[in-house]
Amino acid sequence: MRPVVMAGLSASSLVLAGTLALAAGQYGPGVSDTEIKIGNTMPYSGPASGYGAIGKAQASYFAMINDQGGINGRKINFISRDDGYSPPKTVEQVRKLVEEDQVLLLFQTLGTPPNLAIRDYLNDNKIPQLFVATGSDQWNNPKHYPWTMGWQPSYGTESRVYARYILKNLPDARIAVLYQNDDFGKDYLNGLRAELGDKAGKMIVATQSYETTDPTVDSQIVALQSSSANVLVTAAIPKFTTQAIRKAYDIGWRPTHFLNSVSTSVASVMKPAGVEKGVGIISAAFDKDPTDPQWQDTPEYGEWLAWMKKYNPSGNVRDAFNIYGYITAQTLVAVLTACGDDLTRDNVMKQAAGLHDLRLPMLLPGITISTGADDYAPIKQMQLQKFDGNTWKLFGEVISGN
Amino acid sequence: MEKRIAIAAPDRIAVARYGGLTVDAWRWIGTLALIAVAAALPFTLSKYHVFELTMVMIYAIAVLGLNILTGYNGQISLGHGGFFAAGAYTAAILMHRYGVPYWATIPPAGLICFVLGVLFGLPALRFEGPYLALVTVAMALATPQLLKYFDTWTGGQQGINLAKPVPAFGLDRDHWLYLLILVVLLVAIRVAANILHGRTGRALVAIRDHPIAAAAMGIDTARYKTLAFGTSTMFTGIAGALSAIVIGYVSPESYSLFLSISFLVGSAVGGIATIGGAIVGGFFIQFVPNLANDISDAAPWAIYGLAMLLFMYLMPHGVVGSLGPWFARLAQQIRPPGAAVGKSADEYKRWEA
Repeated sequence: MRPVVMAGLSASSLVLAGTLALAAGQYGPGVSDTEIKIGNTMPYSGPASGYGAIGKAQASYFAMINDQGGINGRKINFISRDDGYSPPKTVEQVRKLVEEDQVLLLFQTLGTPPNLAIRDYLNDNKIPQLFVATGSDQWNNPKHYPWTMGWQPSYGTESRVYARYILKNLPDARIAVLYQNDDFGKDYLNGLRAELGDKAGKMIVATQSYETTDPTVDSQIVALQSSSANVLVTAAIPKFTTQAIRKAYDIGWRPTHFLNSVSTSVASVMKPAGVEKGVGIISAAFDKDPTDPQWQDTPEYGEWLAWMKKYNPSGNVRDAFNIYGYITAQTLVAVLTACGDDLTRDNVMKQAAGLHDLRLPMLLPGITISTGADDYAPIKQMQLQKFDGNTWKLFGEVISGN
Repeated sequence: MEKRIAIAAPDRIAVARYGGLTVDAWRWIGTLALIAVAAALPFTLSKYHVFELTMVMIYAIAVLGLNILTGYNGQISLGHGGFFAAGAYTAAILMHRYGVPYWATIPPAGLICFVLGVLFGLPALRFEGPYLALVTVAMALATPQLLKYFDTWTGGQQGINLAKPVPAFGLDRDHWLYLLILVVLLVAIRVAANILHGRTGRALVAIRDHPIAAAAMGIDTARYKTLAFGTSTMFTGIAGALSAIVIGYVSPESYSLFLSISFLVGSAVGGIATIGGAIVGGFFIQFVPNLANDISDAAPWAIYGLAMLLFMYLMPHGVVGSLGPWFARLAQQIRPPGAAVGKSADEYKRWEA
């Protein structure tokens, strides 16, 4: 008789447990009825500490969400640790977040090397590595890394946007490319080649690379000019971009110049090069520039500014990182809201891969976030912008680079 | 050797016994007990803490290497992060490109760093004190750039992801790596003690304290200084290889100038001319930045600097260098008259500023 009783008992307790689970929701590590723990690493110290503004903005955004009652009644506990952009430190901090703090997921860990260092660990343990803060091309790989997802348009995506514009508007382009001789620069070159397809061999007439240890890129620019190219694509970090703009202008070369979006800062690239030398240069963007006057009267900007003043008062309202932190935090809130009461790691990944045309206020008009089971690149669209000697002016329509 | 026997001879006559055992026997028992505790420790801790202690031991091996060079031989190096990187990349390239098992990469990493150290030690003979420090800073600064430049081998900016080490004896990976590295640390300490507590060690110290007198006594200063460099970088290179194995990833960003500086800080805080100080240094490198971060998000490095100043103010010869003589004095007070104990208080005072 006893086994029967036992069986009956366990069956009823199973039912009981089932109803309880439904009421309280399904929880992965770090989640309770009142809290969701989110882990993050940022370089708050060291040479890359400028990026730390992103982590502070995200913490400030979650503070506002918590003040408004949290997500489905659960407060976000955002634990952001300093890794100083040093991969061994990232590994240590992420293990601490996962094993000691028991976070549900990792969000916006910053930098390509730090993210590469933790990717295997997180995928082996089936922990979401969501919306990594890097532009490298390798985060959209759901087949091999189903727990790792990018966020911003990758360098390759951006490069394809330029290629599409060139194919459509400059069919007779003879393209010269200046690129940094590493994965960052090669991502641009490869994206360009891939999008131009059969025409790449004919259209790209010259390429020159530089090492970050080179003193200047003057000789590369002279060599590119002699190829009689009429389009120049520069995939370089700010210091060398400044040199390229200045040198091309000084030797009287006036190609249609495309700059990668990494190096478009008016203060640290365009002004040092001489603003008159940069008039007409084309680049691309996906989010609103906080210094661009055209947004400053819009309600979206007003909302952002009010949040900045109340929750992130020490942050700089001219710093684009505070826009970036704001939009990324909103993306995560959208995913967690979609999870409802099923806050397991599996469901987090499922919802993150199920975003359809998510529109966020500080993205450029027309640009939306979409993902799928085989599409781990949330933002794939950009809009071109032209430098008018003072600021960047958006033009044309939104171009998809996927 | 002659001199040592002369000192030791009277000790043999009146050997003190505590509880029926000699001091040497007690020391052996103490050492074995410590090793037993260290070996049992991981099984009582969470895996994350085991990982932290593993990193402590790796930094301790690296600092031990620096102590040989800077503490015992007086050659200041701010470039040991570069040799740490060389060891790490040797292990990474052997594992990734040539499929060498992870444990077999440790000896070649040591060997390559020994050769690199000797080669670097030769020009270093021309530089003294602060000048050598500057030359080695250049080496630390160049390391990340060199690693990016030779990208066909090093993977450039992206670095190299390594396969996870397969643990032996059915142990958990974190436990196994801890025990493996504990063994390497013990061997390293033993080797360092053999070198430093003998004829070679005395020659190194003599060169540090008075190079001209050392040369006059017939010590081949050039040879000893170069060998000190090579031995030192061999230890640090082995530590680098171990770190690559444990972290599973190498990239230029991992080996910035700051790593070299923290080795020197760890060395000074622990006791620059001691062996035990290296372990204290390992703890400092691993834990103090995190503690500083917990105390203040805004200015962790100010707290770090303060902790460093406090240590150096209270214990100017480092933790082991300052507490060592204190313990020695304590032992002298409790021992019966005529008995011999280990090091005298004077022995610890060799590193005077």
